[in-house]
Amino acid sequence: MYAFVLPGLLYFLIYKYVPLIGAVIAFKDYSVFRGFQNSPWVGWKHFERIFDNPEVIQVLINTLVLSFLQIAFAFPAPILLAVMLNEVRWEWLKRSLQSIVYLPHFLSWVVVVGLFTIFLRSEGLINNMFGLWFGLDSIPFLQMPSLFKPLLVLEVIWKETGWSTIIFLAALAGVNPELYEAAVADGAGRLRRIWHITLPAIRSTVVILLILRLGTVLDNGFEQVFLMLNPYVMDVGNVLDTYVYYKGIEQSNFSFATAVGLFKSVVGLILVVGANQLAKKFGGEGIY
Amino acid sequence: MLYRSVTDRCFDAVNILLLLVTAVLMFFPFLYIFSVSFSSMRDFLENEFLLWPKEWVTDAYRYILGNNRFIRSIWVSAVVTVGGTFLNLLFTVTMAYGLSRPFFGQRPLIFMVLFTFLFHAGIIPTYLIVKETGLIDTLWALIIPVLISPWNLIVMRQFFRNIPEELTEAATVDGANPFKIFSSVILPLSKPALATFGLFYAVSHWNSYFTGLLYMNNPSKWPVQVLLRQIVIVNDNTALLEQQGYVQAPPAETIQMAAILLATVPILIIYPFLQKHFAKGVMLGSVKG
Repeated sequence: MYAFVLPGLLYFLIYKYVPLIGAVIAFKDYSVFRGFQNSPWVGWKHFERIFDNPEVIQVLINTLVLSFLQIAFAFPAPILLAVMLNEVRWEWLKRSLQSIVYLPHFLSWVVVVGLFTIFLRSEGLINNMFGLWFGLDSIPFLQMPSLFKPLLVLEVIWKETGWSTIIFLAALAGVNPELYEAAVADGAGRLRRIWHITLPAIRSTVVILLILRLGTVLDNGFEQVFLMLNPYVMDVGNVLDTYVYYKGIEQSNFSFATAVGLFKSVVGLILVVGANQLAKKFGGEGIY
Repeated sequence: MLYRSVTDRCFDAVNILLLLVTAVLMFFPFLYIFSVSFSSMRDFLENEFLLWPKEWVTDAYRYILGNNRFIRSIWVSAVVTVGGTFLNLLFTVTMAYGLSRPFFGQRPLIFMVLFTFLFHAGIIPTYLIVKETGLIDTLWALIIPVLISPWNLIVMRQFFRNIPEELTEAATVDGANPFKIFSSVILPLSKPALATFGLFYAVSHWNSYFTGLLYMNNPSKWPVQVLLRQIVIVNDNTALLEQQGYVQAPPAETIQMAAILLATVPILIIYPFLQKHFAKGVMLGSVKG
């Protein structure tokens, strides 16, 4: 058995655990020329710089606000869609609709952001329509700081809502049809049946998913945010993941960027473990 | 058959109408870029709202398919997707199988895998390791750092644990060694699981942008997603370089849309297979142990 495990184990050691050791450069002044060994130790210097830096505070605020907007708007969307799909009586129609709404999940973020760019840019379709119908001047949607976060939420809704219905539809498939028949016999209309049978059937799934989602509020999805960022929206759009990239990879502040990343990982660990405990308390299984 | 009241029918009508609108919103962008990519420059400039090409023109496709950079990026992505998926499966399946059978020292190993879910070193230390191991600007950089998905590994392990012990015991009695058992008993039984995970790994390779951005500095080795970002989102006219033999290139818009469609075609081709398998994948994922 060791022979089976060994190749994979080497992968985990080299590409998952060596970086964990490498993360001690957060406590050093790492430079490529001096190397890992010879860079001097500087203690908590980089972590202190995190907290007396208004730039980082802004990045942290962006991260949290974006996550909460996602939870407020993108999280409920699949619940609504799943309930609506569940009400479709014709199996062929339901299946066809499912085929269409699952598809965007499999597209890359480059393609999704590319599509939004093509539609929203100044010479794009939406602006052309607005100009044609209302005589409006071109609106620079993609450069407007106030629209940055709503657009990210909209993209997530477009891409993931369909796919995310799967878990709710699976829960609904387990509902005993006799419950609905009994409700009909008691004179309950469609909305009452949804309220008293469908929603309670997915309530525990919703609660567990919501709690687990709260555990990942520091993750905004690097690819999507990075692809949507441009200089006009940098102040409102830069989140922890992208900030680490700019500081570390583009400006070669390896130690400081590692410190920010480590800070994010530690808080993330506490949040996920806490969320998981909470989920178990609510009768779910948690993720581990 | 249940008696259906008027309000009941109205509910159905409204519900289905809203669902159809949703489906159209998901589908419309494709129709639009499809039409524009096949439209002539004149039609594109004159019609703000093109839903079907008036005259079919393949200039944009000819231009982009004749472009060396684009073709090379497709090639890079194809090699990484095929080779990467093979290596993903090889490493995931062997390790998952190893971890599915009891042996001394197993628990700490499983904890080690699970811990990587919870705590990441962050992108900088990982980047430095990839650099130290000499992978930057090689195709390996797009494969090795994402060799095993811990999630797939754990689900796969659970799948192997559900294979009855008796099967492997019978083979052992017949004198088969562990590798023989693995290749002639276990693997044939896991074909559906292999197909499911293979498809998911393949899609994530093809769609991956982050690893290309981080590890590929040399534009001639960019995977298609990185080049696509440059063409469409950054709107970088030099991304495709100057092309020989074109007096007048097709409009940038039609080229962009042709590029998006071509980069999406592989996904659309395997989508029917994905559909067949993802329900299974989700089911596998729900079994925990």
